[in-house]
Amino acid sequence: MKNIVKLRYWWFALSLLVIVPGAISLGLYGLRLGIDFSGGALWDVQFVERQQSELNTDAISRIFNDTGFPDARVQISQSGTGATALPGALVRTKRLSGSEPEAQQRAVLDALQKQYGQVRLASLQSVGETVSAESNRSAIIAVIGACVAILIYLTIAFRRAPHPLRYGVCAIIAMLHDVALVIGGASILGVVTGLEIDALFLTALLTIISFSVHDTIVVFDRIRENMIGRRSGESFDDIVNHSIVQTLPRSINTQLTTLFTLVALLLFGGSSVFHFVTILLIGLLSGTYSSIFNAAQLLVVWEHREWERWFGRKGGEGEPATA
Amino acid sequence: MRNREILSLVLILIVAAVSLFIDFAPGNSFLGRDVAIRLGLDLQGGTQVLLKSEISADRETMQTAKGVIERRVNGLGVSEAVVQLSGADRIIVELPGVKDPAQAVETLRGTGRLEFIDTQGQFLQAGTVVRTTGNPNPLALTTQPTPQATAVLDPNTAPVPTAVPQPVPTIDPNMPIYANITDGKDLDTRSVQPRFGSSQTLSNQFAVAFAFTGQSASRLETFTSQNIQKPMCIVLDNVVFSCPVVQAALVGGSGEITTSTRADAERIYNQLKYGALPLSFQVESSRTVSATLGQNSVDASVRAGIIGITIVALFMLLYYRMPGLLATLALLLYTAISFAIYKLIPVTLTLPGIAGFILSIGIAVDANVLIFARLRDELRHGKSLRLAVEQGFDEAWPAIRDSSASTLITSTILFLFGNSFGVSLIIGFALTLGLGVLLSLFTAVVVTRTLLRLTIPLSIAQNPWMYDMKEAPGLQR
Repeated sequence: MKNIVKLRYWWFALSLLVIVPGAISLGLYGLRLGIDFSGGALWDVQFVERQQSELNTDAISRIFNDTGFPDARVQISQSGTGATALPGALVRTKRLSGSEPEAQQRAVLDALQKQYGQVRLASLQSVGETVSAESNRSAIIAVIGACVAILIYLTIAFRRAPHPLRYGVCAIIAMLHDVALVIGGASILGVVTGLEIDALFLTALLTIISFSVHDTIVVFDRIRENMIGRRSGESFDDIVNHSIVQTLPRSINTQLTTLFTLVALLLFGGSSVFHFVTILLIGLLSGTYSSIFNAAQLLVVWEHREWERWFGRKGGEGEPATA
Repeated sequence: MRNREILSLVLILIVAAVSLFIDFAPGNSFLGRDVAIRLGLDLQGGTQVLLKSEISADRETMQTAKGVIERRVNGLGVSEAVVQLSGADRIIVELPGVKDPAQAVETLRGTGRLEFIDTQGQFLQAGTVVRTTGNPNPLALTTQPTPQATAVLDPNTAPVPTAVPQPVPTIDPNMPIYANITDGKDLDTRSVQPRFGSSQTLSNQFAVAFAFTGQSASRLETFTSQNIQKPMCIVLDNVVFSCPVVQAALVGGSGEITTSTRADAERIYNQLKYGALPLSFQVESSRTVSATLGQNSVDASVRAGIIGITIVALFMLLYYRMPGLLATLALLLYTAISFAIYKLIPVTLTLPGIAGFILSIGIAVDANVLIFARLRDELRHGKSLRLAVEQGFDEAWPAIRDSSASTLITSTILFLFGNSFGVSLIIGFALTLGLGVLLSLFTAVVVTRTLLRLTIPLSIAQNPWMYDMKEAPGLQR
């Protein structure tokens, strides 16, 4: 039988290998906050009478500057597909004024029309400070609330297994692994493709949290079941390993079916959900990995209290480390 | 035993028939209920604004303001519009499918204070923001001084360049305050009548008739009789609308405001007719999506959904064969019921909402995958088909229950969190995902199970090939 448990420190190393670059990027560049969380306005303008090659970010930025929006960040985009495709520009500016946003909007569109002929405002979002501050607060509450609620539920669900709290804690650690990986990934994607942290990103993150725990529960459920029917001489390591092998086909199949739907969304779901689906894909892959190769392995680490040995090595003095 | 399965099957068929009927309901009505699918602003286009009162107001004043805005929204003729209070000093307005969002919002939040001012014989350019005795400190002058406005009002002040990062929030004290002849509160809203459309008297002329009462009426009459052939400026919410020359005395304080476009006439009519707002509102946040972008999103999501379901169905068929076929039937039923529920509740579908639904297909399939994996295990151990089906379900149940619960917990938290304005799109996602989890329990546990039980007596179901297995000792060949 394949021994997955024995290689546990290799699995942890692999996780670190994937998480560390994201963490470095996070430290260096941080996250690019979208208007939902930092406030500001996002204009999606389409140019009916122009080709993409005729558009120039500097010229568009200058038009915004002249109409009262200095420091506009312009990104040339393409919206729609096939015959209805139009070149467009995504422009990030400060928020619209509270007292006369309509006049500002008209001024910008008029100036753009003068330069580029007919333009259409595909969407315009403006978020004020109080709203973005509220979103930040509720985002933090939502993530922490979800973690606590799941920890409580798992402890109750696994109350008959020995050490029920361990299952909850290990599931949460595996989930934090996924959160760390996704946030690090978002930081890298922010630098590379300009991905921004918006309300949709947060939705994706919370979905990943729930799917990660979902996956972990399926593995833990097997462990719980196998613990009850434990044969004499069967070690905890064997049970965990056996449980992982038993649930592996299910883990792979579920991952595949979710992957199919997500890839369909990625390819055909349009640009509005592209980043959302990308983040979900990364997170769900990570979620399946962490439930098999982190959560279950951590149970084994906890069972043997292996961290006592880590500190023995680290100290380098006193009693020699026994491996 | 068999009776129970047949009963379940009948139940499932009824649910399926009702769902399909609602999905394709002729005229989108079911038992007298409107079951048209509701699309969110991001899918059908429209605008959503969060209005914030400039000063703190008590609950009652906010309710009055909400009422006025509601009447103005109705005047715009937008269906399915939403006006709701949010927190102590804010109002959320949603206008789906509105054609000119900027103008609509302008109409809604204009306080609607109509004043006639005495400019001492001076003509003011239309669009100029002025200080009046009714409101000497209009917000437009304090926060965002527009260059044209300041230049016209006071030639000594240089136009403020727009690039100045922080305009100083004070008003030039040298700016004149114009005395008003009439006060907005004396306007008789019943007298406000359209002079456009079918009630138009002359073509190419748009006007709104009005009448003042009380002191304002007598003051207006006196002023106009003394100032014939001199200009008098009409000011709406501190913005000069026009400065017509007085032709004759406005006896009894009634008259007409003429406009050059129908849109202007409609806006003025709407604001005067439905009363003045007791408060001025700032646009704190707004989201506007064009109808074309919305349509593109709908098309893209529908395509993605169909392709996603097809691939999942093919995978289930190839990998699990006969149980896969039954699961595919359950999945189609799941889709039909989902949409029927969306139409019945109704759930407003947003783009994240559709993504939530497509994702919930994954959950629905997962429950089946868990069951079938157990079923195969049992068959491999030599159980008979009947026993394997029952034990497969029993053993898969704890995992299905616990994992569904964790997803339900997160979707509940997402739902509560999504009530905050900035992230209101999330509610749709939380709702479709949460409903999906509950429904998938039904389809996996009731539908797939009943279908599997019904196949047990069939001889074809006793073939190991049907389960993609080489050997299953318990099957009766």
